[in-house]
Amino acid sequence: MIKRISGFFNTFLLIELVRGMVLTGRHLFAKKITIQYPEEKTPQSPRFRGLHALRRYPNGEERCIACKLCEAVCPALAITIESEQRDDGTRRTTRYDIDLTKCIFCGLCEESCPVDSIVETRILEYHGEKRGDLIYTKPMLLAIGDLYEQQIARDRAADAPYR
Amino acid sequence: MDLTIFERFFGPTWPAVWTLAKIVAIVVPLLACVAYLTLWERKVIGWMQVRRGPNRVTFFGLRWLGGLAQPIADAFKLLLKEIIIPSGANRFLFVLAPVMAIMPALAAWAVIPFAPELVLADIDAGLLYVLAITSMGVYGIIIAGWASNSKYAFLGAMRSAAQIISYEIAMGFALVGVLMAAQSLNLGDIVVSQVGRYGFLSWFFIPLFPLFLVYLIAGVAETNRLPFDVAEGESEIVAGFHVEYSGMTFAIFFLAEYANMILVSTLCSIMFLGGWLSPFAFSALNDIAFARWLAAPGFHWLAAKIFVVVFFFLWFRATFPRYRYDQLMRLGWKVFIPITLIWIFVLAVWMMTPLWPW
Repeated sequence: MIKRISGFFNTFLLIELVRGMVLTGRHLFAKKITIQYPEEKTPQSPRFRGLHALRRYPNGEERCIACKLCEAVCPALAITIESEQRDDGTRRTTRYDIDLTKCIFCGLCEESCPVDSIVETRILEYHGEKRGDLIYTKPMLLAIGDLYEQQIARDRAADAPYR
Repeated sequence: MDLTIFERFFGPTWPAVWTLAKIVAIVVPLLACVAYLTLWERKVIGWMQVRRGPNRVTFFGLRWLGGLAQPIADAFKLLLKEIIIPSGANRFLFVLAPVMAIMPALAAWAVIPFAPELVLADIDAGLLYVLAITSMGVYGIIIAGWASNSKYAFLGAMRSAAQIISYEIAMGFALVGVLMAAQSLNLGDIVVSQVGRYGFLSWFFIPLFPLFLVYLIAGVAETNRLPFDVAEGESEIVAGFHVEYSGMTFAIFFLAEYANMILVSTLCSIMFLGGWLSPFAFSALNDIAFARWLAAPGFHWLAAKIFVVVFFFLWFRATFPRYRYDQLMRLGWKVFIPITLIWIFVLAVWMMTPLWPW
């Protein structure tokens, strides 16, 4: 009974509403947490899953052995691989396409790769201007790997203790 | 100012030209205020949500201006967009509806006294005129909802019609209290009757406090602002009565909503918060030479009061979730109307006793 009466007065005298307004009023003067994107950026984890890259061994040989595990595991069916025996008897890919419009950046390709060839880098600011621009082919992925190899290696090393 | 030169130049058309000039002098600053109110609203709501609000669109890339050009950019965007008229819509009414919405929002300003003697039409039925004109705003919404030939728009229009009729009654009763206390329907006289020796303590919001609150809340409901925006209800019925509107027709609805918001705030300031009177108009201050400007009435006080009341509108929006429809009706019929009726009765008795100082 008392609860009901006090509840009535809390509502009728707008006490509840005023309390809500005090809260928002306090936030009016709170320090703003907005990050001004192009100038400021949020910190990235070494496990960040961004644009893909294909890596090489230090001697320049591409790592990918065309086992097609990534193609099989990819839940979005974004990876297409065709392979062929090379003259030295090793199996290599002739085609390695990733359709980034399908890719969901789950990182399963990276997890499944036995030779750490396909990796996801920290790059997130890329775009395509035409239809098809976001289908990345093998030379493009290798070029990204070459360009960011140091960063990629550092991120793998940072994550290695937890694997 | 000597206007005889203009008078001779325009000849017999002079009265019309002069009236038009006065209308422009009110409407143009009002629309500028509306434009910047949209920015201010986004800023305030942003701040209350611990964001910064729009701060990218500035003049000449000066970031410290903090997004000042945003309303201009918005206006250009809306001007350049296509006005899409749905194939099943009634074309004439569809285009007429925004006009019907903004017309009362602008017309009501004719009787608003901005400062002593500064009013376009000093009519004795000012309050009645304002009530009559503002209640016409709902026709724009109803016509928009019906003419769109869309279920959501129609639902929004029905909700809006029911809501505005309900709250109009409470609002009307709140204004009855004001005209009882002021003994006048002339808005200028209402302000003058709030002149007292105790500054802001002699304004009407003290003896009419429940009516002041009812008016403020009913005003929020009348302008379809949150938490009473069931007519729009973007999470329930997309955008209510203006789902089908785009480009400039949509912008006109937007202008009308914000102009109404400023109008309700202005009326609130005039009727309950002493209009152009200074809050520090204590009779003791007049004897001190350097503090006399504090006690002097003027437009700046009205502007400050409007600003504060408008800020409350934004504050409500940032704080409260939308009322459910039945709660809204309950509040209007079962809470506000009884409160206003009781307080009008109390006021009538109070005014008959010697305890009434106004």
